[in-house]
Amino acid sequence: MSISIAEVEESAFNALSAIAGAKDLAELKTVKIEHLGDKSALARASQALGKIAAEEKASFGKIVGEAKAKVSAAFEARIKVLEADRDARVLVEERVDVTLPSTNIPKGGLHPLTILTNEISDLFLGLGYRVAEGPELEAEWLNFDALNIPADHPARTMQDTFFIEPLDSKLVLRTHTSPVQIRTMLENKPPIYVICPGRTYRADELDATHTPVFSQVEGLVIDRGITMADLKGTLDYFAQSIFGPDVVTRLRPSFFPFTEPSAEVDFFFNGRWIEWGGCGMVNPKVLEVCGINTKEFSGFAFGMGLERTLMVRHGITDMHDIVEGDIRFTRSFGLGIK
Amino acid sequence: MKIPLSWVREFVDLPSKISNSDLEDAFVRVGFEVEEIIEAGSDLTGPLVVAKVETIEELSGNKKPIRYVGLDCGEGNTRYVICGATNFQVGDLVVAALPGAVLPNDFAISARETYGKTSNGMICSSRELGLSDEHSGIIVLPADSAKPGVDAVALLEIQDVIVDAAVNPDRGYALSIRGLARELAASLSLKYTDPAISVDSNKYEVNKDGVQISVEDPSALSIVFIRSISGFDASAPTPIWMSRRIEKCGMRSISLAVDITNYVMLELGQPLHAFDSSKIDGSLIIKRAGNSLNFKTLDGQERKLDKDDLVVADKKEPLALAGVMGGASSEVTSSTTSIALEAARFDPVTIARGSRRHKLSSEASRRLERGVDPSLAEIASSRAIDLMIELGGASHIGSAKSGEPKFVPVVTFDPNFVSQYLGTKVSLDEVEEKLKIVGCEIGKKSETQWSITPPSWRADLLLAPDLVEEVARMIGYQRIPSRLPVGKSGAQLTPSQTRKRAIANYLAGKGFSEVYNSPFVNPSFVADLGFTGDRAKSFKLANPMSEEFPDLRTHLLPGLLLTAVRNQGRGAKDIAIFEIGSVFRNTEKLDSPGVVGIDVVPNEKIKTSIYKSVPNQPLHVGAVVAGKLSADSWHTKGEKFTWVEAIGFARSIVENTGSITTTVPSDFAPWHPGRCAEIQIDGKPVGHAGELHPRVVSLLGLPERSCAFVVVLSAIPFSDSKKASSLVTMPPAIQDISLIVDQSIPAASVEFALREGAGNLLESISLFDRYEKVEEGKVSLAFTLVFRANDRTLTADEVSEFRKAATESATKKCGAVLRA
Repeated sequence: MSISIAEVEESAFNALSAIAGAKDLAELKTVKIEHLGDKSALARASQALGKIAAEEKASFGKIVGEAKAKVSAAFEARIKVLEADRDARVLVEERVDVTLPSTNIPKGGLHPLTILTNEISDLFLGLGYRVAEGPELEAEWLNFDALNIPADHPARTMQDTFFIEPLDSKLVLRTHTSPVQIRTMLENKPPIYVICPGRTYRADELDATHTPVFSQVEGLVIDRGITMADLKGTLDYFAQSIFGPDVVTRLRPSFFPFTEPSAEVDFFFNGRWIEWGGCGMVNPKVLEVCGINTKEFSGFAFGMGLERTLMVRHGITDMHDIVEGDIRFTRSFGLGIK
Repeated sequence: MKIPLSWVREFVDLPSKISNSDLEDAFVRVGFEVEEIIEAGSDLTGPLVVAKVETIEELSGNKKPIRYVGLDCGEGNTRYVICGATNFQVGDLVVAALPGAVLPNDFAISARETYGKTSNGMICSSRELGLSDEHSGIIVLPADSAKPGVDAVALLEIQDVIVDAAVNPDRGYALSIRGLARELAASLSLKYTDPAISVDSNKYEVNKDGVQISVEDPSALSIVFIRSISGFDASAPTPIWMSRRIEKCGMRSISLAVDITNYVMLELGQPLHAFDSSKIDGSLIIKRAGNSLNFKTLDGQERKLDKDDLVVADKKEPLALAGVMGGASSEVTSSTTSIALEAARFDPVTIARGSRRHKLSSEASRRLERGVDPSLAEIASSRAIDLMIELGGASHIGSAKSGEPKFVPVVTFDPNFVSQYLGTKVSLDEVEEKLKIVGCEIGKKSETQWSITPPSWRADLLLAPDLVEEVARMIGYQRIPSRLPVGKSGAQLTPSQTRKRAIANYLAGKGFSEVYNSPFVNPSFVADLGFTGDRAKSFKLANPMSEEFPDLRTHLLPGLLLTAVRNQGRGAKDIAIFEIGSVFRNTEKLDSPGVVGIDVVPNEKIKTSIYKSVPNQPLHVGAVVAGKLSADSWHTKGEKFTWVEAIGFARSIVENTGSITTTVPSDFAPWHPGRCAEIQIDGKPVGHAGELHPRVVSLLGLPERSCAFVVVLSAIPFSDSKKASSLVTMPPAIQDISLIVDQSIPAASVEFALREGAGNLLESISLFDRYEKVEEGKVSLAFTLVFRANDRTLTADEVSEFRKAATESATKKCGAVLRA
């Protein structure tokens, strides 16, 4: 017998010490070749098994097997420890400065008028209103006459309204989105619940608070038993949704040819009353020209400027920022995600 | 309209102290916005006294005339002051501010040495006292109007509260003390006395004496009075109380006769005009100007009369633009002794048209075009004659009239309608009380029908809702409760609304910033961009804001390009902007619907003609990218944006809607003629994309190779909801094919040919390489073709057959040669 039990035990002991002493994976690899490789003492002991007597084979084999298993287990355990050490070290070394700017992601944005229009549309969709739209270049009859604004009304002068050449074309740039209300009433039977956002035009010079091209949102409800209380309630809901739950509104008597009674609606915001828009009960003359039976139906309408709403809500102090298309302005609103 | 509270107090029992905010609330509550509340005289403290001029010493040797004036200020001795004005003489009564007085703008008066004399105070002009803008001389009070030493602050009623209330166009009656006092009294539940009541018109008999009147066009007015006086002393001064009230209302005191007409107009609301009767040839006639000559108005302007202008004329010539402005030839002057006073209830539309035609808005036309109480022509003219007799020593000769006042009809009205319409309970007693407060008379009453006679000054009360508004104003809109009505469930956005939103979100998410551009464009800029034909046919504004931008846009790019330039001018380097909006092309033949009334519901034919008079206004989305889509960073170069990306985005917008696009080369302006693609669906164009024309880019100073795309959103069909195909789990077979083709062959054609030849097991095809330097005029295109069957793994033989067929198709259709 070329290898004794003592030698096997000594080899196993040496192997275990070497594994325990290996400081890194490279060292452990050398240790493995030396103590578990083909030429190691334990390998030689296994090879010697074939040559020993049968009666000793079982007991010696058991000793060699146990020694190998012990060394292998120690090796596997050690490799896990060393791998974990290495990983921890490498990941630390790979650490980067995550505060570096990520400016290479393209940054766009929706114009806040779009965000506000969507918000208002959704708000009223939830109340069962449809969103109605119509042409910006509009027939005078739909923009004025049908709204009880007669031919000699001051609003129909060249100072206020953009007319299209030739004047016989009877086309104007709509001065409000009310012609959409008229189109809706001419084409649909009540009950009618619509909200009409869109671009509108009036011949005002561009300054810090005015723009000749602006946006409006109007609402129209025609149903049985509609009262001014319904108008007030709808405006309250609208104002609170846009400006906050504590906002209160106030109606003031006013005059519009297409509503009677008419009112201005103000809301109380940041300690003062702010004029928001006009409203009232739809004038029976308007309902009648649209073929709506005023004995059965009544309705209300309201309208406000979106630019003004934006300016108040977001503290925008100059109209130029809204109309000039500066990308810094649009980007500051991002995608309007809440 | 500006109203001094001191005048209002004559007709309303106002509490002696009322705060500005209470005043404002009271007006706002009943529908009058308060522009301003002016506390007149609050910035002035005395002593300010009436002084009599005793001596005047002209000091010579100065650049301007300077007087050293001795004044009797009621102090027992003479006070001397320096004065730069010359419009007074010894014996005149003037207003002197004594040392210690503080005039408006913190102008403190003290004794001072000037021009070698001691000036012990100051003689004041109207402007120095804040009474009016008058500063051509100092104030000279009417002779004997006060004793020297009298407190001028009280005499001139300097301290007053003046409310400037905005009057809505339906409330012409409120352009008067009478009207606004009534509203204020009603709002505060105070007693009100109508100033019209106390006027006795019966004493001025209508007869054949004095100037007569005839009306040629009765549609132009309902009633007119002409009252004649003689023996008027035109040099008599306007009493202080009258001139001060006129000034407080924002007008100027001119002469006694004119002041009386203005005073009565301010008080009652009826415009009056005084003619010098000696300058009237025969009687007066109210008629359309017809072929009249030019004529000079009181403001000195020569005016060319329109044939429809309403004039007051004598038998020779027009004397006044009726209801708008008098003429110079018959103006009352300092030598006038006889006056014909006109008071008429003209048709508002006639006056509005005349005023607009001549761009001439006067105090008279403003009232008349809003409708004046028809009962006032008689009353106000009588009131003015009273004053001319009292203050100018005149006597009434005779009065003439034509026509009769026309009042609004009686309204029958269900009083319960008030509660129904307002959504809150208003008792019938309250309805009655409030209607009476606004001047309505209530006649026959049944449970559901009241007969209401609106007051003479309320031509606007015609229908039940008009009366509801009056009750609502009087009970206060704050009584209206809040109730939220809800429409039918199931409301949703239309497909085009959903599409518009999704595309805006898509582009914004990809790095584009949304803008809204003005649709007003400059035609020469549009021409410079190269737009021609239908794409340049614009609508023109009859009255543009600026001659520079008279046209409506036919395309989004002109606006987007200018906005890109503006951003660049503000320092932006990488600009990616988009707009979604309508464009206006004048390409259809449009017929005007003609005159459509509002008395009947338009029938289908009329409705169609109205709709057809309006041009189609397609919705476009357009984008311009100058520079990169994202900025260069420390880490990587920014995302570049070339014609490839421009076309890619345009196609992607369309394909996101479910349509399949093809592209063909296009030479549309303002793109680069060799780098522009037309995007098509089933052969129909829906957009253009690519690199901008180098000339356009350099014209605008934008970065080289800037790109743009435009897609006509309203031209894209709405797709049905998509059917999902079941996913095949068999392995794909991938084949690469490299071909050499003529450079002139579009890659899309080669791809199409390969697709056609490859058979129906082709799953996808993509170009993965393009190489130009193979041989002169040739290009190498390398495609990856992916094949897959749904029931088996494809064999190598099968796949090589497909590959061969695809290559042959490309060879046949595009002359492609397989690259060795």
